[in-house]
Amino acid sequence: MDRIKRLFDSKKNEKILSVYFTAGFPKKDSTVDVIKALSDGGVDMIEIGIPFSDPMADGPVIQQSSQKALDNGMTQNLLFEQLKDIRKVTDIPLILMGYINTAMQFGFENLCKKAVEVGIDGFIIPDIPLEEYSSQYKPIVEKYGLKFILLITPETPEERIRKIDSASSGFIYMVSSASTTGAQNSFSEDKQRYFKKIADMNLKNPTLVGFGVSNKATFDAACEHSRGAIIGSAFIRALEEQPTVQDAVKSLISKL
Amino acid sequence: MNYNVNEQGYYGEFGGAYVPEILQKNVKELRENYLKIMQSPDFIAEIDQLLHDYAGRPTPLYFAKRLSEEVGAKVYLKREDLCHTGAHKINNALGQILLARRMGKTRIVAETGAGQHGVATATVCALMNMECVVYMGETDVNRQFLNVQRMKMLGAKVVPVISGNKTLKDATNEAIRDWCCNPQNTFYIIGSVVGPHPYPDIVAKFQSVISEEIKKQLKEKEGRENPDYLIACVGGGSNAAGTFYHYLQNEEVKLYEAEAAGLGIDTDMTAATIHLGKEGVLHGSRTLIMQTPDGQIVEPYSISAGLDYPGIGPMHANLARMGRAKVFAITDKQAMDAALRLTRLEGIIPAIESSHALAILAEAKFKPSDVIVVTVSGRGDKDMNTYSKYFEGQF
Ligand SMILES: Cc1ncc(COP(=O)(O)O)c(C=O)c1O
Repeated sequence: MDRIKRLFDSKKNEKILSVYFTAGFPKKDSTVDVIKALSDGGVDMIEIGIPFSDPMADGPVIQQSSQKALDNGMTQNLLFEQLKDIRKVTDIPLILMGYINTAMQFGFENLCKKAVEVGIDGFIIPDIPLEEYSSQYKPIVEKYGLKFILLITPETPEERIRKIDSASSGFIYMVSSASTTGAQNSFSEDKQRYFKKIADMNLKNPTLVGFGVSNKATFDAACEHSRGAIIGSAFIRALEEQPTVQDAVKSLISKL
Repeated sequence: MNYNVNEQGYYGEFGGAYVPEILQKNVKELRENYLKIMQSPDFIAEIDQLLHDYAGRPTPLYFAKRLSEEVGAKVYLKREDLCHTGAHKINNALGQILLARRMGKTRIVAETGAGQHGVATATVCALMNMECVVYMGETDVNRQFLNVQRMKMLGAKVVPVISGNKTLKDATNEAIRDWCCNPQNTFYIIGSVVGPHPYPDIVAKFQSVISEEIKKQLKEKEGRENPDYLIACVGGGSNAAGTFYHYLQNEEVKLYEAEAAGLGIDTDMTAATIHLGKEGVLHGSRTLIMQTPDGQIVEPYSISAGLDYPGIGPMHANLARMGRAKVFAITDKQAMDAALRLTRLEGIIPAIESSHALAILAEAKFKPSDVIVVTVSGRGDKDMNTYSKYFEGQF
């Protein structure tokens, strides 16, 4: 059963909202609660961050949540333990997002195996570039029937976007700007032109826009030329500020 | 055996370019242009002149007579400590800023730990009139006050990094994040043979002037280009890469490198990455890394601020794996003893990093006929606080 495809097929006329959070944040055992609250709150897809000590592509908010999760004692083994019965909780697509170093220590194949066991649908690993993915990791990912979502950015030339589109599966993560993760208040006209340019390329994969999406203005702007958007830092901030995870989800949804 | 980088950017199984997509275009442009630029006659003329007139090269190859008597072999010191700004780091900073200019970049970022690379970068930015931002862990900003003042006087903006452990690896993360946010106008001047391909090769080539000079100088003094042993310390591994570069394929020259064991490799206060690290990816390169079984990077410890990096240049991971280089884990105490010995025998106060290399002279066995070249990567001025505290009451 391909949950990601089913989602994109079923939402042809609506925008898709995908939300990122860091596993083991704000508390070690809040992982399942957060997934349940997001799913109950109507979010379409969830990206579960595997905390890493040195998250090179992340801004301060996600960095701090990763550090907090590690201080809480979060590990990859514990994550799979927590996710053991997650398919009894929700049927929306769940994606693991992390960095290659922790995946290597866990064993990349082992990671795929465990992911399939608990019902994960795919991976986003921003420091595995296209070339390394195609030569070293793609055969393993495909063997396990998982999706691998590659990223494109405003700096990615058209020819490379085509290659990324052909290697990527599930969808393409369209990074909004030259930046690390982190909330922005508005998206410039430049960004709109870039989103439109990508839309006009008619890629085989659908695209979702991420990095900087935080409120109605940025969500709508992101969605204008894509199938939806991904929110990360703004939700992590809500988790910090709100008394419960349910309140954090409510606060996020109310801003959109 | 080829110990240099291959077409794909790997040294054996180490290396590569594991950077986020936003940097792929930059890294590709660099990869496609660096060799062409660095081999062009006008580039060579410009860098040679700067190395000579500005950095003070060639640095002497000094026969250390009294030290030789103690060691029981012929010991030469390659005096990188006499370079402008006090360490070998200037060789690389000069090279990379010329590269940055030819790539059309207008803004420079760098990371620094002890501050030597930050000072070298701030220096060349002053010289070339370019904007300079140096990321430095907050802990290091407080520990290396003098170098922070130097960078500021040189006109650089020093940004204290408060993420992670607030030291070198975090400063490197932050420099990479800055580069992600400013890919069009910014050039990242990396301070050692680390980072995504082609950086390890770029830095090794700019530091290779060290072994180029050793060859000539040893020929004059000993009638032969090849020593029996080359010895250098490794933090990321740039002074060692430069010291070994033109001898890599010449297997009769034995390569010894010193990494920092801190309080000992059987303690958790250590920075002995090659002895203790496991394969992983840090700062864009597949290499040996000090980490937990779950893949979290461990903060290393050494008395030397320039050697406490949790990774190692991919070239050195491969040299150790292939048995081409022998790696010694030198403790704080062995290094400090070696520093005092050099100071008292030769009147040279070395940087604590370099003292780790010098300590190998007391750890390994040599024959009286052996010719040894030890690279003294920097001078000890920046370390006087640490030395005085360590030797308190002894002078
Ligand atoms: C004097 C000196 N030697 C050595 C090093 C270590 O760097 P590398 O291993 O790249 O030569 C440093 C780094 O700060 C240094 O300042």
